[in-house]
This record gives sequence, structure tokens and C-alpha cells, in this order.
Amino acid sequence: MGLDIRIPIGLMFSILGLILVLFGAFGNPAIYQRSMGINVNLDWGMVLLVFGGLMLAYGIRGGRRAAAAARGNTSGKQSRPHDTKN
Amino acid sequence: MNLTLIDWLIMFVYFVFVLGIGFALKRYMKNSTDFFLAGRSLPAWVCGLAFISANLGAQEVIGMAASGAKYGIATSHFYWIGAIPAMVFVGVFMMPFYYGSRARSVPEYLSLRFDEKTRGLNAISFAAMTVFSSGISMYAMAKLIDVLHILDHPLAALGLPHSWTFHVSVILSGVIVLIYIFLGGLTSAIYNEVLQFFLIVAGFLPLVMLGLKNVGGWSGLKHDLPSNFTHSWQGMSNAHTNPLGVEWFGLVMGLGFVLSFGYWCTDFLVVQRAMAADSMSAARRTPLIAALPKMVFPLIVILPGMIAIVVPKMVTAANVTGTGTQISSTAPQGKGLIPVKVDPTTGKPMFNADGKPVLDYDLAMPNMLLHYCPTGLLGLGLTALLASFMSGMAGNVTAFNTVWTYDIYQSYIHKNASDEHYLWMGRMATVFGIILSMGAAYAATRFNNIMDFLQLVFAFVNAPLFATFLLGMFWKRTTGHAAFTGLLSGTAAAAIHQGLTLPEGAVAGIKGGWLGLVHVYPSDMAQNFWTAIWAWTTCFVVTILVSMVTRPREEKELVGLVYSLTEKPSEGHLPWYQRPAVLGVFVLSVALLLNIIFW
Repeated sequence: MGLDIRIPIGLMFSILGLILVLFGAFGNPAIYQRSMGINVNLDWGMVLLVFGGLMLAYGIRGGRRAAAAARGNTSGKQSRPHDTKN
Repeated sequence: MNLTLIDWLIMFVYFVFVLGIGFALKRYMKNSTDFFLAGRSLPAWVCGLAFISANLGAQEVIGMAASGAKYGIATSHFYWIGAIPAMVFVGVFMMPFYYGSRARSVPEYLSLRFDEKTRGLNAISFAAMTVFSSGISMYAMAKLIDVLHILDHPLAALGLPHSWTFHVSVILSGVIVLIYIFLGGLTSAIYNEVLQFFLIVAGFLPLVMLGLKNVGGWSGLKHDLPSNFTHSWQGMSNAHTNPLGVEWFGLVMGLGFVLSFGYWCTDFLVVQRAMAADSMSAARRTPLIAALPKMVFPLIVILPGMIAIVVPKMVTAANVTGTGTQISSTAPQGKGLIPVKVDPTTGKPMFNADGKPVLDYDLAMPNMLLHYCPTGLLGLGLTALLASFMSGMAGNVTAFNTVWTYDIYQSYIHKNASDEHYLWMGRMATVFGIILSMGAAYAATRFNNIMDFLQLVFAFVNAPLFATFLLGMFWKRTTGHAAFTGLLSGTAAAAIHQGLTLPEGAVAGIKGGWLGLVHVYPSDMAQNFWTAIWAWTTCFVVTILVSMVTRPREEKELVGLVYSLTEKPSEGHLPWYQRPAVLGVFVLSVALLLNIIFW
């Protein structure tokens, strides 16, 4: 399929991570009473940001490789692993 | 409950991506293979995550947390015994026939291997089942949205009464799933399932970490719970000495063999995800890759339930003040965060026959979220919960539109139409499949017993299935007549067994005993497992007997469909870590290790 799922996953988690990080950094700290004083929005937001970034990086790298493979292949089709036919 | 702007923003971002994926994929849907089988072009890890995500519906997230609160770590048998071995089996041994035969669905495999009547029986019962499961998912989601008062503020702002919560939830979830499947077909469903998989982990993992920290880690939890809650095999030698109320043989045979293999190896809802893979080896790796996260899922879905029943004592120690948002967690007879069940018609707490309060275990997960998650993380957790409802629904809808179009419409209604016509029919099937699900959701609000009854009937239909597939794939002598009669007699055996037995403390009716009473089981679960064992055994024996007296098909017609007549897929070109057999052994070893650790 033409769309690499890593790109939307990466984008979505980067955005969600960013929202949580910003809210954790600038929001009212009183709300963290229920999470035992831990600013979970900031901490978990950073985890999501890293995950999203990694997914994006792999997705973009994968896209570049596929494009390079397509250029190298005269039929313009990405080569597939050999399939066992019965 | 008061959701703030941040929580809504997180939910909004998620829905933008869900629909965005559908729109982005629209232009790739050129023929029916693209729509129903994702063009058989997806990598193994994507199919693998979709494979478990399609099964990770609401029933699983809410239900497993509820079981965790009710039975403790023994609930993980549903994973380590009730899923992993079957997932390894389908990947290593069965996928070569599903994928290799180029069948486009599980019922189509049955028509290639046996005959049209066996396919028809499977296709029609399966199609009906998917519609009802998707309806039940919608119903459960609407109920939860109602209980958590998520839509109260938006509805009030629009001037609509609170009673509209149900309508708005059902219609909104239906329309969203409809849009993204209508546009992007199976690919869209699979991509969204992968997104949902990560979201569920992202939403629930911090909850588990906070909860564990609060109760003093695993050792703290062990200290506060009865010992059979933290040891999965303790007391399993006798049904009366363990929380599940079932003995090890019933558990291993009923759950671990019949029900689990019947689901993971023959249910098109999950098998379809593997059929979308880009090669035979990717298709075989799909369930094996799925098994890896599946094994550790008890951590995310069962542990919160276990933490929920010990929490309040710890709360005072950790000095967390209740902010009044958790639903009646302070009700006098509740247990931890689990409140007493309230009768929806009278609004009064419910009591069982012994006068003990009935606990509403289904609220374990939602109450944990409300208890630990501040604004922000709460939005993420609720979004994950909604995602799990939608992935369960979408999985059913894509399985339905494929079976309807290929196995019912193309086979019996309109045979030789163009591919465009079938693509169009697939889209139409998505529309009316969702409309029927909505109808089922409304039916559930009025006749709860009818839903229970239907689920029971489907359990009867499913229980014998694996016997048919096992014989069909591994014994070339098995005939179509035998498969058909075997399935029918298996279903009959299930019904008769259920009709003659009852779980302890139940009255004759939907729980069984409607034919008379021969045996009383210590629990519902024991009765279910034994019903399945009877159904499977009957189907297995009848299929063998009828095969012996009917004429088998020519061997040359069965090449690619039966084990002994099919060339083994070569794995020589794959690196060792991609070989299904190696992965299978690894997965089984880790599952064994987990059983030993939590013995």
C-alpha cells in the first residue's frame, strides 16, 4: 500500500507527546496530587515524543529506500521477497 | 466527569488521524483485492499488530480488567494457555493452506477443501456473528460513555437531554468506522488497528506504572492480595480450590485447546489480517509476531484490575485526596475502586441470593483511569478506551463485508459480475453491516436476554469448528459430507450438553438446564469449557466416521489444501529470526517461562 503507516503513527504520537509536554510544563501543578505528585503529563509526553520521532524517522528512511529501489528497478515496482507458490 | 479542553484536544487529534488514514488510502483502492485483502501487500509486523488489535476490543480491555479484579492473575490463562499455543499453531502449520491456497476468506477455504454447503454454513453463521459482535461492542461503548458522563457537557451545551448519550455514541462510532472502512477497506482497518494498538499501550501503561508504584510494586500487591490471586496455577488441581472454579483438565482442554484453537485458527476476523500479508513467510509470521505483545498484555489489561481492588487503603497512606470524580468508589460495600452494582431500573444497589452486594467489576478499568490520571493523561486513557471499542467494531465490519461479498453474494446471489461490481458491493456491505450493528446495539438495550441467547448459539456453532479444520488440513480422507454433518452434530452436542447442565447457584434457563439436569458445574466457566469439549469431540468423531463411509475427493484436487499433499514452504532463504518454526519455539518458551514465574 502506498502509505507507510509509520508516518501517521509518528506524526500522531509526536503531536500527542507535544500536547502533554507543554501542558505538563505550563499547566497547573496541583492536578498531580492524584498521580502521587508525579508530573505524569510531562514525563509520559516525553516518552511519546521520542516514540513518535523514532517512528517518523524510520518511516521517512523506509520511504527513501523504497524510492531508491524503485529508481533502480526498470519496471518501477518495488521488488518483493520471493514468495512460495503452491 | 469534567473533561477539560486538553482531554478533548487529545481525542480530537486521534479522530483526525483515524479519518485521515481512510482519506489517504482512498486512492489506492483500485480493485476488490485492494479493498478486501489490502492488496496482499502489508509487512508482517503491521499484520501482526492488527492481528491482536482486532481482537483487543472493548470486551477484552474492560472484561480482562474485570476478571483481574475478580480472579486475579489466573485470568492470564486466557493469554498464556488460551491464545499463545493456538497462535503458534496457526502460524506454523495452518497458514500455508490459508495463504497458499489463495483463498480469499476462511469460508472460501472450506469450499475449496470440502464443498459449498460447508462453506455456506460457515459463511452465514460467521456473517451473522460479526454483525452482532460489532453491535455488542457499540452497545458496551455507549453504556460506558453514559456511565462516565463523558458527553454530559457537550450535550448540555447543545441543549440536548442526557438520554441522547446513547444515540449520539452509537451513531458517532458507527459513522466514524463507516467512513474509514468505506474509503480504505481492510488496509484502513488494519492501519487503524496498528494505531490503536500503540494508543492502547500509551494510554494504559502509565496507569499500570502509577498503580504499581502506589501499591508498593508487585511485592506490595502480593502482600495485599490473597495468595491465589497472585499465583496462576495454585489450586488448579480441583475446581473448588481456585478462583476460576475450573480444574486444570477442563482449563487446558476446554480453553487451551478447543476454544482457543477454534478462535485463533479458524476465525476469519483474525485470519484475514494474516491473509493481507505481502508474502507466505510474512503471513506465517503474522500470528507469531502478534504472540509477542499478546504474552505481556496481562500486564496492561489484567494488572489494573488487581490493583483496583487494593487501592483505597494505599490512597490514605499516599495522601491522595479523592476529588469526587470516581464513580461511587466510596460506596459502603464496594471493594477498592470497584463499586457495588446498581440496578439500572431502580437505582438501588444489587445483592445476590446470599445477601452479599454484587460488585460492578466492569468499572475496574474506568475507575482506575479516573483515580490516577490527571487531566491530559486522562484524555489519553479515555481515547485509548474508545480506540479499543472501535478496533473491535472495525475488525468485525471488515470480516463481514468480505464474507458477505465473496462467500454469500458472489457465491449464491450474483456469480459472474465484474470486479468493480464486487468492490461496490463491498462498500455497500460496509454500510448495511454497520446499520445492522446499530440495530443490534439498540436490540441489546431492550432485550438483553436475546443478546445472551445469540452469543450462546454462536458459541455452539464455533466450538466444533477446529475439529473440522484439523481433519480437513491434516487428513486427506476427510470428505465434505463428513465435515458438514460433523459441524452440525458438534453444534447439537454443545446445545444438548448445555441443556443438561447448570453452573452452581444458577436457575434453569439461559444458563442451561432447559432439557433436564444431569450435572452441576462449580462455575459458568467450567460449564462453558466442558460444553466446548463435548462439541469438539462429537464433531471430531462424527467427521471421521462419516468420512469412512463417503467417497473422498481425488488427491490431485487437494494439492495445496491438505498437509500431506502440499509442498512445505521453503524457509531456507530467510534469516533465522524470520523463520516461523524458530519464532514459534521462542514464543512457546517465553510463554512457558511466564507460567513458571507466576506459578
